[in-house]
Amino acid sequence: MSLLSMTRLRGGYGGADILNGIDLRVEAGEIVVVVGPNGAGKSTAMKAVFGLVDIREGRLVFDGVDITRLRSDRLARLGISYVPQESNVFASMTVHENLEMGAFIRRDDFSGQLARVYDIFPPLKEKRASRAGSLSGGQRQMVAIARALMLEPRLLLLDEPTAGLSPAFTELIFEKIVEINAGGTSILMVEQNAKQALGLAHRGYVLTLGANRYEDTGANLLANREVAEMFLGG
Amino acid sequence: MDLFELFTFVVFFLSLVGIYGVLALGLNVQWGLTGLFNIGIAGFFAIGAYTSAILTTADSPGYVGGFGLPMAVGLLVGILLSGTIALLIGLITLNLREDYLAIATIGIAEIIRLVLKNEEWLTNGVRGIAGIPRPFAGWFDDPTGVTNLLVVALALVVVYAALERGRQSPWGRVMRAIREREIAVMAAGKNTVRFRLESFVLGSAIMGLAGGLYAHFFGFVSPEAFDPMYTTFLIWVMLIAGGSGNNRGALLGALVIWTIWAGTEYLTNAFAPPEYLTRAATVRMFLVGLLLEIILLTRPQGLLPESQFVTRREERRRRRSDISDGK
Amino acid sequence: MVLEIIQLTVYGIVLGSIISLGAIGLSLLYGILRFAHFAHGDVMTVGAYLALAGVTGLGLPIWAASALAVGGGVGLAVLIDQTLYRRLRRTAPVILLIASVGIALILRSLVQFVWGPDTQVYTQELQMPVRLLGIRLKPTQLQIVAGAVILVVILHLFLTRTRTGKAMRAMADNPELARIVGIDTELVVVWTWVIGAALAVAAGIFLGMDTRLQPTMGWHILLPVFAAAILGGIGKPYGAIVGGMVVGIASELSTMVFPPVYKPAVAFALMVVMLLVRPTGLFGAPR
Repeated sequence: MSLLSMTRLRGGYGGADILNGIDLRVEAGEIVVVVGPNGAGKSTAMKAVFGLVDIREGRLVFDGVDITRLRSDRLARLGISYVPQESNVFASMTVHENLEMGAFIRRDDFSGQLARVYDIFPPLKEKRASRAGSLSGGQRQMVAIARALMLEPRLLLLDEPTAGLSPAFTELIFEKIVEINAGGTSILMVEQNAKQALGLAHRGYVLTLGANRYEDTGANLLANREVAEMFLGG
Repeated sequence: MDLFELFTFVVFFLSLVGIYGVLALGLNVQWGLTGLFNIGIAGFFAIGAYTSAILTTADSPGYVGGFGLPMAVGLLVGILLSGTIALLIGLITLNLREDYLAIATIGIAEIIRLVLKNEEWLTNGVRGIAGIPRPFAGWFDDPTGVTNLLVVALALVVVYAALERGRQSPWGRVMRAIREREIAVMAAGKNTVRFRLESFVLGSAIMGLAGGLYAHFFGFVSPEAFDPMYTTFLIWVMLIAGGSGNNRGALLGALVIWTIWAGTEYLTNAFAPPEYLTRAATVRMFLVGLLLEIILLTRPQGLLPESQFVTRREERRRRRSDISDGK
Repeated sequence: MVLEIIQLTVYGIVLGSIISLGAIGLSLLYGILRFAHFAHGDVMTVGAYLALAGVTGLGLPIWAASALAVGGGVGLAVLIDQTLYRRLRRTAPVILLIASVGIALILRSLVQFVWGPDTQVYTQELQMPVRLLGIRLKPTQLQIVAGAVILVVILHLFLTRTRTGKAMRAMADNPELARIVGIDTELVVVWTWVIGAALAVAAGIFLGMDTRLQPTMGWHILLPVFAAAILGGIGKPYGAIVGGMVVGIASELSTMVFPPVYKPAVAFALMVVMLLVRPTGLFGAPR
């Protein structure tokens, strides 16, 4: 059984459908990357998993539980964390408080996870008392991912985690994603840097116009000539 | 009550409905057309009333005035002055958030109230200004005040006709589009702040006109008549009850709410023991407040909705905002 | 002259304490619900009169009556939110604005109905002013400032140390993300009303202690309260404290030049200048 499966999903934001019957799955332990042109519905597909989209048709199942119309806080409790692309930190709160908010629904002692998260992102430990809004873009992205990890999620949803970052930071974030995945967290990620992202993905999806276009292993998609012409700059 | 008394009463009642109708139309220009939130209606109303009162009354030793000018001049200057003050407030606040405009209008109304009460040299303070000439006074005998009603009715018809023409013009369409926050308006290069300013000034000028009509109708003005809350609030309830965005709705609201307001006053005056009269007034205000909340909850479009087209668009916008709320 | 300035500044701090407590609540509510709560002044009025009922009706000391009033005011605010505002929250914010103007009127009518339109006082006892280095200060004024300081400290601890307080700050900062991390936003809204109303009730009681009780007292102080919130950058509770002090002191100092009746106009002028120069508030980024 897949960890997450999305079956023939249709929906949008109240107007015309943006998702036109998407199928998508994430197996336990995988990194799955979704690529596609602008307006293909990549981010919407991810938001749909997290209960932020009007779903008209189709089904979402997480670990055997139907989550099609579940509220965001319930999904968090099931072990799904979501990092939106924009305004993904509490800018007026300190780094430490951001991480605390990530663990908001946890009632147990999360100091162990806090230490682990600081280990993954050492720069954050130095900046723990700084306001998140005062950090650089790359550091803010670290805060956002670290915050999501505080739940010890089984599935991490990342919406364009490297958008607007310098090549050096992009490289770093991708390294961290592999490291997090090695720790046992499955990852579903939407990316513009298709070449790099597919390079580290177990599997990938190419979406166009809110529907599946290609689905294969990351390596095969990279080798596919049509995909290369479409997104990878030839 | 004999026939003459009844006639006088009806004339009196309709004159007030007419004046409130003009006020409601003024508010509809601001709220109904471009979505501007003015809770300083009483202030603009008072400016119109006092301006006309000061300009048209006979000489008095206590305060400025005694210009003895014709009523038409008084009304006109009142309109211009309300419009000018609206222009100043608008220039400061209209490119800010809508709640700032609301707060600014409260502030202006409050300051105007303080000036009316305290600047005796100008307004004769709490004693108010008496002896404001009735329309065409001295031309012929008019014990019922029907001339006054005709003047009010004429003003109402002129304002209504002008607004209806304006509403259907390209100008009116741009205004409504601004209210709906159409991105297209901005993409089309229309200066939305400027349009909003126009509607704010126009609406306030109409309120100033209503103030002038009121002064000449009663022949007496005092700060009490312009309590920022009561006047402002009644007008809002009228517009919301009638159906904002719709000029006929505004007039219907003025008629219905004023009937309820004056009718309950008549009832309490007739039946409540004198010692409870002030309490009865608060109960009425309470009930009007409650009525407003019930309308907002159950029939936010009012008695006469604007038009199907806009309502549907409104509906779609609302649904969209639901989703971004994560519902 | 110098002594007069100091004296007026002291009065300004007293007035500023009252305005600040109102402005903090207004600012918190704005931060969470994104609407300007026009009934806030009238919540203050209701609180002041509830305490009066405790003092004159039940014969309680003022502090016990205040506790009762806070309970009553908070209950009322939550009730209004749940029956009215909650249902309107999904429509345009401006509808909430209108609804709150209606609530302001309803509350004021209620107060006038129950207690009548005349001014009242908590105690007929004459207050003997204390003289300190030539500065006059009534004991109640000291109590007001001390009370305000204590409440602000408690609020600060609540916002920075408790789970609910942090959730409140998180939601004011980024409502979408707050929902994503699993914060029950409706619960935070209720808590915001609890805090905002409690502070408003305290401000109302202090205002009644400093001057007298009147059904329009809250409505008339609403303008300075709004001015303070805007000065401090609306949505920022800490800014509201500074804003309140600035408005309070400026209003009192203005009486050296203008008649005292124009104090609200001074607050308004400050607000207008702020909106022109820096609409994001004293601590906000310049435009």
